[in-house]
Amino acid sequence: MAATEIARQAGEGARAVPLAGHVGFDSMPDQLVNKSVNHGFCFNILCVGETGLGKSTLMDTLFNTKFEGEPTQHNQPGVQLKSNTYELQESNVRLKLTVVNTVGFGDQINKEDSYKSIVEFIDTQFEAYLQEELKIKRTLHSYHDTRIHACLYFIAPTGHSLKSLDLVTMKKLDSKVNIIPIIAKSDAISKSELTKFKIKITSELVSNGVQIYQFPTDDETVAEINSTMNGHLPFAVVGSTEEVKIGNKMVKARQYPWGTVQVENESHCDFVKLREMLIRVNMEDLREQTHTRHYELYRRCKLEEMGFKDTDPDCKPFSLQETYEAKRNEFMGDLQKKEEEMRQMFVQRVKEKEAELKEAEKELHEKFDRLKKLHQDEKKKLEDKKKSLDDELNGFKQKKTAAELLQSQAQQAGGSTTLKRDKERKNNPWLCTE
Amino acid sequence: MAACGAEMHINPEMEVLWSEVKPSHSNMSAPPHPQPPTKGASHGAGDFSYVGIDAILEQMRRKAMKQGFELNIMIVGQSGLGKSTLMNTLFKSKVSRKSVVSTPEERIPKTIEIKSISHDIEEKGVRMKLTVIDTPGFGDHINNENCWQPIMKFINDQYEQYLQEEININRKKRIPDSRVHCCMYFIPPTGHCLRPLDVEFMSRLSKVVNIVPVIAKADTLTLEERDFFKQTIREGLRANGIDVYPQEEFDEDSDDRMINDKIREMIPFAVVGSDQEYQVNGKRLLGRKTKWGTIEVENIAHCEFAYLRDLLIRTHMQNIKDITSSIHYEVYRVRRLNETNAQPNGQPPNTLVNPQQANGVAAQHQVLTHEM
Repeated sequence: MAATEIARQAGEGARAVPLAGHVGFDSMPDQLVNKSVNHGFCFNILCVGETGLGKSTLMDTLFNTKFEGEPTQHNQPGVQLKSNTYELQESNVRLKLTVVNTVGFGDQINKEDSYKSIVEFIDTQFEAYLQEELKIKRTLHSYHDTRIHACLYFIAPTGHSLKSLDLVTMKKLDSKVNIIPIIAKSDAISKSELTKFKIKITSELVSNGVQIYQFPTDDETVAEINSTMNGHLPFAVVGSTEEVKIGNKMVKARQYPWGTVQVENESHCDFVKLREMLIRVNMEDLREQTHTRHYELYRRCKLEEMGFKDTDPDCKPFSLQETYEAKRNEFMGDLQKKEEEMRQMFVQRVKEKEAELKEAEKELHEKFDRLKKLHQDEKKKLEDKKKSLDDELNGFKQKKTAAELLQSQAQQAGGSTTLKRDKERKNNPWLCTE
Repeated sequence: MAACGAEMHINPEMEVLWSEVKPSHSNMSAPPHPQPPTKGASHGAGDFSYVGIDAILEQMRRKAMKQGFELNIMIVGQSGLGKSTLMNTLFKSKVSRKSVVSTPEERIPKTIEIKSISHDIEEKGVRMKLTVIDTPGFGDHINNENCWQPIMKFINDQYEQYLQEEININRKKRIPDSRVHCCMYFIPPTGHCLRPLDVEFMSRLSKVVNIVPVIAKADTLTLEERDFFKQTIREGLRANGIDVYPQEEFDEDSDDRMINDKIREMIPFAVVGSDQEYQVNGKRLLGRKTKWGTIEVENIAHCEFAYLRDLLIRTHMQNIKDITSSIHYEVYRVRRLNETNAQPNGQPPNTLVNPQQANGVAAQHQVLTHEM
């Protein structure tokens, strides 16, 4: 047994050597586990499904705690993703659990773009991790991984087939995340309908080429249980946080007038199978698939679209550095060109503005000149007028003195006769003109 | 258009209603020593308060066992100090280069050679790929100037190889790790103090790799001489600013510090190696038989081989690998990426891909973060 495994591993000329005694490196898995325990784990679940399918209740039931607040309304204008992080601890394991809910999925009249915000969200998490990985100074080991490890897709329990919204969304998500389809509120479907429903769903998924997550069957310890579970997909679940007394135990159940659906009873629903697969058996595998398959695919696409290549067609391997250098030079060239352009534009604008201002200045000067001229004209006119008035005044004064002279002469000649009259005149205040 | 509004709020004060799953705030009661994991699968569906989160430990263990481990140790020291024998003793099998190449004579090569040999060993289901990197010719010449250069180059080449693979577009699922995790430096048992060659080598290499100094052939020193020698060496290391493993600045918490302080009191370990067994008190033990007595290798009253083995293999192997990958490798990576990215005005950007964004966040990260 050991020899064949070792021979398989001896790839690059490593020899298999037997040990003569106890060395002690069998404690390595323990050391590794301890390190992880000290570090803590994180797990991110995305719940996609229409409003009212019991997503929050199922999360509560799965993790045995009451997570968030009230149920969402149906009048959301678009699909939003709300994510909440919780710290759970069981014995010595600390888990940072993030539950992302799609709010308003399937509520709009036009659902064409419903999947877009989900895909965008998943891509954003990948991008954040990629950015962290590409940083020069990075701290990958203390990075809080927000990439979605598992996507629980809630299928409405119609009993017939998948809705087209479901098919479209799952098709868009299957290359980005591990999809685990589940039939929600499955206590609404009878057993026979359920088998038919499951078969219909699986065949529709296969015929549409939707890749859902398959539980891994390569490790012998879990291969058996995983392959049986693979046959039970999609799981028909019922969630409940209420407890009902059955016999002498309190169990999680939903009570109806006609009976009680026990959540953890395997003949009632597949909740136990879901919990087993999701948490107890495959959590680590889900995380690994996310990292090695979905994230790598995203990374590859993203880097390729940015123009990085691995090998040159001339069989010379390009390093990321060289490509980056080339890109950077190209970018710097572009930048310089743009700078030049901007500078040119700026200079031109300055020139234009200058010309404008010069124009304005000229105009102002002209106006000033005109006004000045006007003013001078006015002044001249006024002076002329004044002169003529002065002339008139002079003329008048001369006439006046001449008249007075004549008058005094006339008075001297007829002085006496007029004297009385003058006196009268003088005494008569109304006639005094002097 | 639907807005992608994601709000994250960490909610540590969750109300627990009935279950064992406790939302916690830093309940660091996890002990640092190996513990048997709680078997998740053994709880049946009837135990309703049990979620099964701790089953992840078992899953991790399974994955680790399936993948196997890798360890690369380099041994450096003058010829004749018992390096190959010590390797054989540590791993209880013929892992040294002498066992592979059957040259009967000792030939000191003209230049320092680097010989790396890989072995697959397995113990109790745990598979490990052990690579022993030997450096024949080190310190053996008359003029030993720059004898550390080929070794330094080799170590940096391994980092370079890993870096190249990591920045590939199409990269392997598991990047083969050929980085040197630990370098054991053999100090000849003069009993006096560190030689200039030792100081020079260790001060240069302690910056790129974890160095574990050992006093070779310690059976030539009495206990008092040994203690004095160790003290002198420790002082010499301190005086020259040489940080050997376990480095003080990478201690994570007080538990770690306590354990590591004890180790730091004892380094360098005075070891004796042997791959021959002798009968002692009715038991067959590894040892060296001389006319005046038999030195038992694994007896801690005789030499400190057991401490070295425990440190290297049984308790700190994962830690050594972590420090190599998250600190030494990151230092190399930063330096390497910066030297090709430095712009003409001397200001290196902080991200590889978006040079025009001033990444203020990256400036806060210390190069020597010891978060693992």
